[in-house]
Amino acid sequence: MSLFSQTNREVLTGPLNLNNPVVAQVLGICSALAVTSQLEPAIVMGLSVTVITAFANVIISLLRNTIPNRIRIIVQLVVVATLVTIVSQILKAFAYDVSVQLSVYVGLIITNCILMGRLEAFAMMNGPWESFLDGVGSGLGYAWVLVVVGFVRELLGSASLLGYEIPFLASCDFFHNGMMTMPAMALIICGCVIWAHRAINKEQ
Amino acid sequence: MKLNTNSNIYTIVYASVMVIVVAFCLAFISDLLRPLQDDNVANDKRSQILAALNIRNVENVQEEYDRVLLRDIVVDVNGNTVQESNGFQVESKEILAKNDADKRLPVYVCKVESDTLYVIPLFGRGLWGELWGYLALKNDFRTVYGVYMSHASETAGLGARITEEQFQEKFIGKMVFNEGDFAEVLLGVKKKVETPDSEVDAITGATLTSDGVDDMFKTSLTPYNKFFESLTESVQP
Repeated sequence: MSLFSQTNREVLTGPLNLNNPVVAQVLGICSALAVTSQLEPAIVMGLSVTVITAFANVIISLLRNTIPNRIRIIVQLVVVATLVTIVSQILKAFAYDVSVQLSVYVGLIITNCILMGRLEAFAMMNGPWESFLDGVGSGLGYAWVLVVVGFVRELLGSASLLGYEIPFLASCDFFHNGMMTMPAMALIICGCVIWAHRAINKEQ
Repeated sequence: MKLNTNSNIYTIVYASVMVIVVAFCLAFISDLLRPLQDDNVANDKRSQILAALNIRNVENVQEEYDRVLLRDIVVDVNGNTVQESNGFQVESKEILAKNDADKRLPVYVCKVESDTLYVIPLFGRGLWGELWGYLALKNDFRTVYGVYMSHASETAGLGARITEEQFQEKFIGKMVFNEGDFAEVLLGVKKKVETPDSEVDAITGATLTSDGVDDMFKTSLTPYNKFFESLTESVQP
């Protein structure tokens, strides 16, 4: 079986669209609401989750035949918690500002349902390479929704993108909508994304 | 031979080995990254002190800080200078010590252009969590030169607005004390501003955060009374 066979490609691209963890399965919403008031933390959060799901999937997949069935959830949690701690330490060392903005939400990746869902449903039964693709796919599926929500919220909430003010829009009051910086609007934008997604994919 | 992965002994050994491996791995990484992280935290503190001096968005924080700072002294509640340098290393719990006698209070003496300025750390409580910041005073020890504030978890769009420059700029030029009397801290945040010389409008919808900022000035500046007094005496003939 080649590395990018038909099934493997589906494993990777499925979560990006039809099987999207946020839009279709409505998992991982909590952090999606919390870190999307600006684009930069949303991107960093999306990447962190992608890296963690991918590697957690690989590790669990490699260990899958040795894990005692009775403590498999604990083993999965330990693997996830370790990876999250490492990522959080790395962010604190190399991207301090962003880690301050993300605050507790990096730690809360541990409780992100996407992770446990993928480990339990996929990595426990599939090989490391497929699991890696599945992890990357799920992570990126989560990330693009975060980026879309973060893009809209930062643009309308503070007339800037990635912290750079947009000169033409900044003078317009409409682009300093305080509502947009509140978590409630993230929920509404998230809802709009789900709506658009379902409208496009009618067969779902 | 195939291992029975469901036996009790296997499960216990598996869990133990896993925990030990993970512990080593995390300890190693934490140790490796510690110096970098400490640097970041210290640099963040420096940039906050600079922000109180109205020097914001600096590229090289360390360089700018070294250029501006004359000395970082430590004083006690009686106004005596305990330490001539390394005030930067004083931890918040030493500043906030319950007993007045145990308090170690850092003062950052800085020079911006030709003005000598005194930066004092602030600590307080808002609605949901901690507030902190730095206040820069001109060398009459009464006039605010600049202020920086931040918070742990105030409400976005309401209490969190204390971090906005627009709010912090309102404090510039306010009087912290009455002339020659450092007993009472006048600087405050009030719903109804009665003395515009020393009070700033509270933020609408963030009463408790505003009250927290108000308290923060009072509790953080009071221990410095004697120090200001002694300095004023030495400055004036």
